[in-house]
Amino acid sequence: MRAYWRSGELFVWTTAFGVAVGLLMIAGLLALIMIHGLGQFWPQTIEQVELDNGQVVIGQTVGRETIPRSVSQDQPKGLSRTRFRVGNRDVFGSDFRWVDEADIHARTTPKDVVIVERREWGPAYGRIHTIYDADQIYVEGQETRSALNSILVRGRELRKSIDHIERNEIGDINHQIEALRLKERSLALDGGPGSASTVPDPALQRRLAELEEEYRKRAARLEELYRQAAQYQVGLTISDDREIRIPLAQVIGISRPNDMGWGQKAFAYVGNLWGFLSGEPRESNTEGGIFPAIFGTVLLVFLMTIVVMPFGVMAAVYLREYAAQGMLVRIVRIAVNNLAGVPSIVFGVFGLGCFIYAAGGTIDRLFFPGALPNPTFGTGGILWASLTLALLTVPVVIVATEEGLSAVPREFREGSIGLGATRFETIWHVILPCALPGILTGLILAMARAAGEVAPLMLTGVVKLVPALPLDSAFPFLHLDRKFMHLGFHIYDVGFQSPNVEAAKPMVYMTTLTLIVVVVSLNLIAVVIRNRLRKRFATSAV
Amino acid sequence: MEHTLGLLQLGQRVLLPGTSATSRDLTAETHMLSQPELHTKVRVRNLDFFYGERQALFHVTLTIRANTVTAFIGPSGCGKSTLLRCLNRLNDLVDGATVKGRIELDGTDINGAGVDVNSLRKRVGMVFQKSNPFPKSIFENVAYGPRLHGFRNKRTLDELVQASLEGAGLWDEVKDRLTHSALGLSGGQQQRLCIARALAVQPDVILMDEPCSALDPIATAKIEELVFALKDKYTVVMVTHNMQQAARVSDQCGFFLMGELIEFGDTKSIFTTPQDKRTEDYITGRFG
Repeated sequence: MRAYWRSGELFVWTTAFGVAVGLLMIAGLLALIMIHGLGQFWPQTIEQVELDNGQVVIGQTVGRETIPRSVSQDQPKGLSRTRFRVGNRDVFGSDFRWVDEADIHARTTPKDVVIVERREWGPAYGRIHTIYDADQIYVEGQETRSALNSILVRGRELRKSIDHIERNEIGDINHQIEALRLKERSLALDGGPGSASTVPDPALQRRLAELEEEYRKRAARLEELYRQAAQYQVGLTISDDREIRIPLAQVIGISRPNDMGWGQKAFAYVGNLWGFLSGEPRESNTEGGIFPAIFGTVLLVFLMTIVVMPFGVMAAVYLREYAAQGMLVRIVRIAVNNLAGVPSIVFGVFGLGCFIYAAGGTIDRLFFPGALPNPTFGTGGILWASLTLALLTVPVVIVATEEGLSAVPREFREGSIGLGATRFETIWHVILPCALPGILTGLILAMARAAGEVAPLMLTGVVKLVPALPLDSAFPFLHLDRKFMHLGFHIYDVGFQSPNVEAAKPMVYMTTLTLIVVVVSLNLIAVVIRNRLRKRFATSAV
Repeated sequence: MEHTLGLLQLGQRVLLPGTSATSRDLTAETHMLSQPELHTKVRVRNLDFFYGERQALFHVTLTIRANTVTAFIGPSGCGKSTLLRCLNRLNDLVDGATVKGRIELDGTDINGAGVDVNSLRKRVGMVFQKSNPFPKSIFENVAYGPRLHGFRNKRTLDELVQASLEGAGLWDEVKDRLTHSALGLSGGQQQRLCIARALAVQPDVILMDEPCSALDPIATAKIEELVFALKDKYTVVMVTHNMQQAARVSDQCGFFLMGELIEFGDTKSIFTTPQDKRTEDYITGRFG
């Protein structure tokens, strides 16, 4: 026994066990997320179930369970029930319905059943028999299917024009009107009290009137488009034989999963996945895509990196290369290390107080007095959030950079100094390039930490839904004062704050998966760069 | 102005000892003009050196003539490397190092006020025990020093790099791969690259801290030949553990023990008729 213990075999097994547990946990987590997340885009068969009492249920199976307390002597396995996603929330009041297996009379998968993706009220399940043109019947019966396609295309075009006018054209006009209004107010403020609005600038007024005229034109055009979009309606016969009319403008897509082959399904899968990644959220984030959140996350991490790298590296260079290594430096180093352990919400509170209220408030008073009392920078925004994250991650960068610097062989320093280089030249030309892999390790750790943080963001500018991305085509392109969406916050919001948590569950898994993928790919990029540099600056073995 | 000066110096230095008749003539001429044999390059007077509380050198006094090779020998930890590193003030980098006494280079106190330590190190180059080429290309390694000191012109740099590599006897081996990483060279080549790097800033004195301790006999022989050739233009001071090496290449030799300079004089006399018992014991291998 003693010999066995001394051989260390047991120890090998114990250590391997530790690794195995870790791997299992990670693999299990990823598998869970991927199964629940990626499955939702596959077009699932729609079932039509006839119950003993004559009711018909049309929907997709979501889950099955044993009815609690149904296990008895004559029912050793108990009774089970199935959960269907039946959609038509506007009619039924809920997306889901439990059906006892015992009540089921017959199950079929008819090919003519469709799912209609709508802009509001979630999906609708049923059969399309009629298409209406205003109050008249446009087509009926067999021809609906071919007519539907052309109408859907027309609907999509209308939607595009509406979006363009609402977002870009009217958005631009609003932007200009707002700018003019601010200018007018600033002029009034400069003139001192009293002189304020007595003499309005005629040029300004003229321009304002022009813009308002423009706006009226656009609004009229918009109204016309909306009228056209509402003209055609899809008549959908739902499971209880009632007919609901869905205006074309509401329809995003119509699919018949029961009538699709594998190829078509795979095609639809890719389309759905792409729609999720590139689309905008709908229905208080429980449907649609998450593109603004992906964009916000990446931009946030990017801005944070730009801020944190120079500061962290400079601090580390001072601590390691210039400061006399005494008690004080040791205390500073301990303090920096401990800073990394401060709960992130504390940084959030600090960001709110220091950046938003103090710095942002001052900026507003100095540069945007016309907009007050509406804050410009004195409220949460991507700039303050990225600064807060930079503060949160600066210890990580400092520690990693210091390690990188101390790993540079003393011979390099002496070689450079011995050639008559100053300390600065030595650091700049020899030490920093050699420490670059270590610095990038710090960057990787900082990005991983920053991309996963949610708590400080909730205080410094993340929101549930943004009307516009922080980066767009309007001057000055990068709007640092804007609020933003974030994948981490999106998970919290959709999973725990949404009105329809059950329906949003796949979205939560998918958002989680996306966040993981984003963090991993950001890290991978940094790792690839680091490895290239490492090869270049590899220290010789001699 | 500085450029012209640099080029002028370069013009002299480019010529390798014994490569051509003109170069030898020129060297001879310079020698005759400056009487190098009589000229004192470095003078150390009563040098005490402390690492914090610990004294590492005791009252060292010696004189190094120009265009000679001086070897410091002695057991490990006897202070010979410390003295070497005092000569270009590399010990300034060590926390708590203090120097007492006087070190003169061409008659000027190198620790005196108003001495620019970076210009001093430019005049007193150094080659280390462990070859330490920077993780850059071969060209960049040699051009590093001249660039720091204001050489920007591509052609001048090219010439200077070639001259330095030729001076270190490395040119023929690396001329086709100047852009390759210096870390791909063999140990001996790396050490000669470090010598070339030191030559490129055009020093007066070259300090070598056990330059061959990590090299095989063939690479060692090449370095020794090089050291022998270098003394035509430079004053070489080297630390070595290898007694035969000291006997082969040096003109003057100093024996150190426990921070004291026991004996200093012509290599020949030290090795044949040592004045001190301890020197004799050491060079005959009875201890150390």
